[in-house]
Amino acid sequence: MAKEIKEAYEQDVVGDGINSLQKVIDPHKNESNHIVKYLLIGACALFLFIMLILPLAVVVINALRDGLAAYKEAVFDEYTIKALQLTLLATVSAVAVNTVFGVTASYLVSKFYFRGRQLLSALIDIPFSISPVIAGLIFILTFGNVGWMGDFLKAHGIKIVFAVPGIILATIFVTFPFVFRELLPVLNAQGKDEEEAAALMGAKGFTIFRRITFPHIKWALLYGIVLCTARAMGEFGAVSVISGHLRGKTNTLPLHVEILYNEFNTTAAFAVSSILVILAVLILIARNLIEWKRK
Amino acid sequence: MEQQIVKIKNKKGVRVIPGFGFSMGITLFMLSVLVLIPLASILISTAQLDLKDFIDIVTSRQIVSGYVVSLSCSFIAALVNAVFGLMLAWVIVRYDFPGRRLMDGLIELPFALPTAVAGISLTYLYSDQGWIGSIFAKAGIKIAYTRIGITIAMIFVGIPFVVRSLQPVLEKLDRQYEEAALMLGAGRTRTFFRVILPELFPALLAGFGLAFARGIGEYGSVVFIAGNIPYKTQIAPLLIMTKLEQYKYADATACALVLLLISFLLMLVINSVQLHMQKFSKC
Amino acid sequence: MRKFKENVCLSVLSACLLAGILTGCGKGADTSSGDNTTVELLNVSYDPTREFYAAYNELFHEYWKEKTGQDVTVTQSHGGSGSQARSVIEGNEADVVTLALAHDITAIEEAGMIQSGWAEEFDKDSSPYTSTIVFLVRKGNEKNIQDWNDLIRDDVAVITPNPKTSGAACWGFLAAWAYQQEQDGQDSAATQEFMKKLYQNVLVLDSGARGSTNTFVENGQGDVLIAWENEAYLSMQEYPDQYEIITPSISILAQPSVAVVDENAESHGTPEAASAYLEYLYSEEAQRLAAENYYRPSNEDILREFSDQFDLDMNLVTIEDFGGWNEAYKTFFEDGAIFDQIYGE
Repeated sequence: MAKEIKEAYEQDVVGDGINSLQKVIDPHKNESNHIVKYLLIGACALFLFIMLILPLAVVVINALRDGLAAYKEAVFDEYTIKALQLTLLATVSAVAVNTVFGVTASYLVSKFYFRGRQLLSALIDIPFSISPVIAGLIFILTFGNVGWMGDFLKAHGIKIVFAVPGIILATIFVTFPFVFRELLPVLNAQGKDEEEAAALMGAKGFTIFRRITFPHIKWALLYGIVLCTARAMGEFGAVSVISGHLRGKTNTLPLHVEILYNEFNTTAAFAVSSILVILAVLILIARNLIEWKRK
Repeated sequence: MEQQIVKIKNKKGVRVIPGFGFSMGITLFMLSVLVLIPLASILISTAQLDLKDFIDIVTSRQIVSGYVVSLSCSFIAALVNAVFGLMLAWVIVRYDFPGRRLMDGLIELPFALPTAVAGISLTYLYSDQGWIGSIFAKAGIKIAYTRIGITIAMIFVGIPFVVRSLQPVLEKLDRQYEEAALMLGAGRTRTFFRVILPELFPALLAGFGLAFARGIGEYGSVVFIAGNIPYKTQIAPLLIMTKLEQYKYADATACALVLLLISFLLMLVINSVQLHMQKFSKC
Repeated sequence: MRKFKENVCLSVLSACLLAGILTGCGKGADTSSGDNTTVELLNVSYDPTREFYAAYNELFHEYWKEKTGQDVTVTQSHGGSGSQARSVIEGNEADVVTLALAHDITAIEEAGMIQSGWAEEFDKDSSPYTSTIVFLVRKGNEKNIQDWNDLIRDDVAVITPNPKTSGAACWGFLAAWAYQQEQDGQDSAATQEFMKKLYQNVLVLDSGARGSTNTFVENGQGDVLIAWENEAYLSMQEYPDQYEIITPSISILAQPSVAVVDENAESHGTPEAASAYLEYLYSEEAQRLAAENYYRPSNEDILREFSDQFDLDMNLVTIEDFGGWNEAYKTFFEDGAIFDQIYGE
């Protein structure tokens, strides 16, 4: 009974962010709270408008500056399609690799105690904090002609940098911790009692994961994948260092945008950017759907 | 080897869950191949310099000024993001209003928009001919091609970090403490600063740190909006690129190494502060 | 021990996964020309030549088809001259490079990928077309900018790229230097002071020529752009009636250089095609095409055909007046050299 009363009090009847309990405690607070609430919402909306919506508006307005026909032409250009394909390939590879890694690594760090756990998580986080320029550079210094593996690769006719594999590697690198980061808090919060119980009852490793761990993390995993996809599609700095800008071969969409911009083809550059914006919006819708389903 | 395993097991109790070797194997393998080995190339390349040259290069005036520009702008950007990120997370989690979902959905946009596109659009907006820049230009304030411009680009790329770090914590935050504090007569402001903020602080710090680190390394969007004038608006990653263009690999990697160390230390400090605070709050 | 085995198994498994992804894509990126009916070339060039080479590639395709029956496809790559040269050194497998200055090709030579003596391989120091440095100002030239000494006036804002990363900027720097040397009677200290003032007026120092042009044209920054002549004409063509070209009293003969990257061409089996690709740049058709794209043809007769387009009376110094590229680079653009001193105290 007491619980029900408490719940009733905690309901936000009016929908103004202040629950009934607070209203009983201090009825005079309401008005100032209203003001605070709308001030905060207003400030946030303004911030997002200036920092996010306006740059987007610039993209869209400029993309359509020369009319729909010019927009279509830019979007269905041969090289744009090729760049889109490459971007999708790199994104899918990055997501696949990082999902496998994220799941195993977060399982490892959350379910087992071992020395160096902190160090391991810190190492996994490195790509987060690394400048994209450096991220590209390290692959050049490893696999390029000047790198220490360069001679070996050349002798065997394997091309990594200035070719598609390098672009994929760089994309994987910059998105490396995303899935791991999303899963870790969920797994940590879940604890390991359930897995331990299952193991004691004789369940095998993969069964434990599939039946016990996975249901806990599936939404977080999806969310991680969504984030990883978004970031992988938009990567510019690292890929730009490693691509060689070969038209139709190693140009991803973001690089193609830069090239078009540099060709005085501003409208086309923004039109191609708008493809990325549309993809981003689709991804964000997917994310919201995931969140909605979860609840 | 066998003995060692037993020892570890005894220390922390028996390890019952299977799959330790399995997951350790994959994790270490992928981490090494994809991150650590390529990263080691920076060390190898820098090792071509002797210590004196290394110190000379990374303490030359131009390089130091690059670090200062990157660090200071990104620090301010991270602060701005911390404040607005806190507000955004609060508004999105605690309030219900039309457009809330949209606001929530927009947060990741800076991840998905290529930094070059962001740089071009921001320059377009904030140059003295642009929609926003022209307003400030009338007041005599230049935004694009100054450090303010750099800071704005860094704010843009850092938006998601603070919000997304805070959101889950704020969602889980038990409202009972707040209510208790309110009941005991603490004002709303006081409740916020004394009860809510300390709970959020580790997550806020983590988000701040990530945004800070991201800003330090940011290149794509900043080069368009920065004037790239030596000692004034040249960021550290641009200097690394410039060194590369002059075919000075060792110099470039030396600067890169310092940048790397700065961000790694930053992450380590933030991680340990976070850990410490979590332990503290659990006690 | 069982764990250890598991461990190894999985490592191998994930290795396969990775390798699979990498080789799967590697195949897609393979550029070698297997049969005799097609040949692929990669031309790594600098920023402002995109439009010219896009047109030239079609011309060369026809020529080569007629001559050998092969279909040649040329992949273009453009960027700042320095970074393009660097990508070739690092493993971007260019068959030919067509860069903004000899210094960048020398860097590839020093990496051992181009045989020494490349500058004599083709006519006119391997510069099939030349250009020069001019000023681009906004229509009406409100600030009345006529010559280099106008650029140091307090009310003038200048846009030019960074000489450390851009070929155009190097040529521009040297042209300004030559002008002031003439005024000061070869007094280097005074000239340095002049350059310092000039660079204090620089509003944005982009890393490449195109970046600067975009800053000036798209974002409306500055009063004057120190630009390639061809770049300036191109901007006029793209944005008619918005800009004017001003030719300074002294400028520099900018010689973009071309070379076959011997190492790559040999491993691709394309040395003949690569060589012919550059040789054909000197043909009358190609020279005319260059002129139509606002490059000054090295063929004097064709240059005269376009005398109403190019100001042929300009007083042009050459890189030899500075003792060649290596010397000039050391004196002006090396770390701690004159350009750094200008921005120092």
